[in-house]
Amino acid sequence: MDGREISLQFRFFTSFKMTNKDTIQSKLNIDTIRKDFPILFREVNGRPLVYLDNAATSQTPRQVINTIVDYYQNLNANIHRGVHTLSQEATDAYEEARRKIQEHFNIAKPHEVIFTSGTTHSINLVATGFTSFLDKDDEVLVSAMEHHSNIVPWQMLCERTGAKLKVIPMTVDGELKMEEYNKLLSQKTKLVFCNHVSNALGTINPIKGIIDAAHGVGATVLIDGAQAAAHIKADLQALDVDFYTVSAHKMCGPTGVGILYGKEEWLNKLPPYQGGGEMIAEVTFEKTTYADLPHKFEAGTPNICGGIAFGAALDYMNAIGFDMITEYEDELVRYATEQLLTIEGLKIYGTAKHKTSVISFNIKGIHPYDIGTILDKLGIAVRTGHHCAQPIMDFYQIPGTVRASFSFYNTKEEVDVLVEGVKKAKSMLL
Amino acid sequence: MNRNFEQNEQMTIQEIQEEIVDEFSMFDDWMQRYEYMIELGKSLPLIDDQYKTEDYIIKGCQSKVWVHAQMKDDKVVFTADSDAIITKGIIAILIRAFSNQKPQDIIDADTSFIDEIGLKEHLSPTRANGLVSMIKQLKLYAVAYQTQLN
Repeated sequence: MDGREISLQFRFFTSFKMTNKDTIQSKLNIDTIRKDFPILFREVNGRPLVYLDNAATSQTPRQVINTIVDYYQNLNANIHRGVHTLSQEATDAYEEARRKIQEHFNIAKPHEVIFTSGTTHSINLVATGFTSFLDKDDEVLVSAMEHHSNIVPWQMLCERTGAKLKVIPMTVDGELKMEEYNKLLSQKTKLVFCNHVSNALGTINPIKGIIDAAHGVGATVLIDGAQAAAHIKADLQALDVDFYTVSAHKMCGPTGVGILYGKEEWLNKLPPYQGGGEMIAEVTFEKTTYADLPHKFEAGTPNICGGIAFGAALDYMNAIGFDMITEYEDELVRYATEQLLTIEGLKIYGTAKHKTSVISFNIKGIHPYDIGTILDKLGIAVRTGHHCAQPIMDFYQIPGTVRASFSFYNTKEEVDVLVEGVKKAKSMLL
Repeated sequence: MNRNFEQNEQMTIQEIQEEIVDEFSMFDDWMQRYEYMIELGKSLPLIDDQYKTEDYIIKGCQSKVWVHAQMKDDKVVFTADSDAIITKGIIAILIRAFSNQKPQDIIDADTSFIDEIGLKEHLSPTRANGLVSMIKQLKLYAVAYQTQLN
């Protein structure tokens, strides 16, 4: 497949042919936005940082940093326990963050938002909870383009229960084969897991179709939204999804905090994941009764500051607007795709019609690690390797890729630096 | 460049390391150092294909690195390969210093010359290229042969 064919498959190419590079950045004031991110002004190896590893973690705006500082300077107390003012204020701020998350994802009830340490924790909570609901005749389906965190917990669940793990295959463009998926679904299917956006390929999966088809056979669906949440504002009630997971650090929030969304009926059915304080109603040595949602799943002192800062991150991104963010990032990725494909021997992995913010590539004859090392010397941060998605790399029979992933604070000029960097690396390494 | 590998028989590890440091001191910037390292990678005494198996892979590297060792008289001879050229350059530098040396000398060798040639960033244990794992593996081979000698 040559570059032209790839570019024509991009959805944004069909309606828009860019003739003037300056049209990029016209709607968002990127210079102003960039000033919100102090880290973007540091140097790496003597050069201005070009941060293109946003799929691993996004950078943090000063509004979120200030929230963290303010919390420890003015609000720090344990929540849901004390009668004193500080504890009440911290509790209010934490619960306000929960409400912001509820509103952002159009979730019906605030207690359907469970604070976790992030997506991995969220998935493990559900996978562990399902142990008593599965037996050896059941099947669970997982997509071929999952991150390890959405594979391993389900493999462990299958080992515990004897249930069978089946894989929804994908095409060479990085799109799920929906016909195959529909064939795999049966009365035996109890669970379906899929990411909303692939971290390694950038594919936006057709999750509404996946969810509806699964519900058609009575299966439960968990969608891993970790990679999507920074780019797509998901309406979880409209999707009718059973579980959805998000990590704050991929959307301008801090590390170590995220959420599990679960439908109330499912959260009531699932057993608690961890025992401890906060998650109990009454405890005697004979028996403990569990607290109501969401506390049943929030044992111990949570990441209070992180939760509040997550709320601040949502405020920040919503003030810019997800429509604007999506439009801008699509233009940026299209421009980067077009420019990278001018490099002879460069191949992009993941050319789905619907994709976002990630470009995974290799250059013929060069190991991705070598390219990443040279780019780092040039101040450009990309990820190299298998991106915790080894099955995808096995599918393409490659050791890994170079992955450039974009955010709304990246610029066309940074794309140019990347392209020049890749050219430089190629000339040194070949 | 192959000559350097052959010369090792007459030089101590310390002397070879000083020679490498001298060579790298000629370069003004990282780009020249990396270009030289890539050249060194291309001159690495390649491992025999029969040893490019899982058994000879060094764990902890993002790229694949295979190392084989054998005793020749009273010295350890290393051969290696990697699928990434920069990694190959790094292991070439290590092998130039350590190959054709007595096991005890390899065990006792200091590796701070890596820092002196401007590759300090590769010494971090968290670095994905596994330089630390490579050094450990070379020394482990030396320990194994030294044990046999005792």
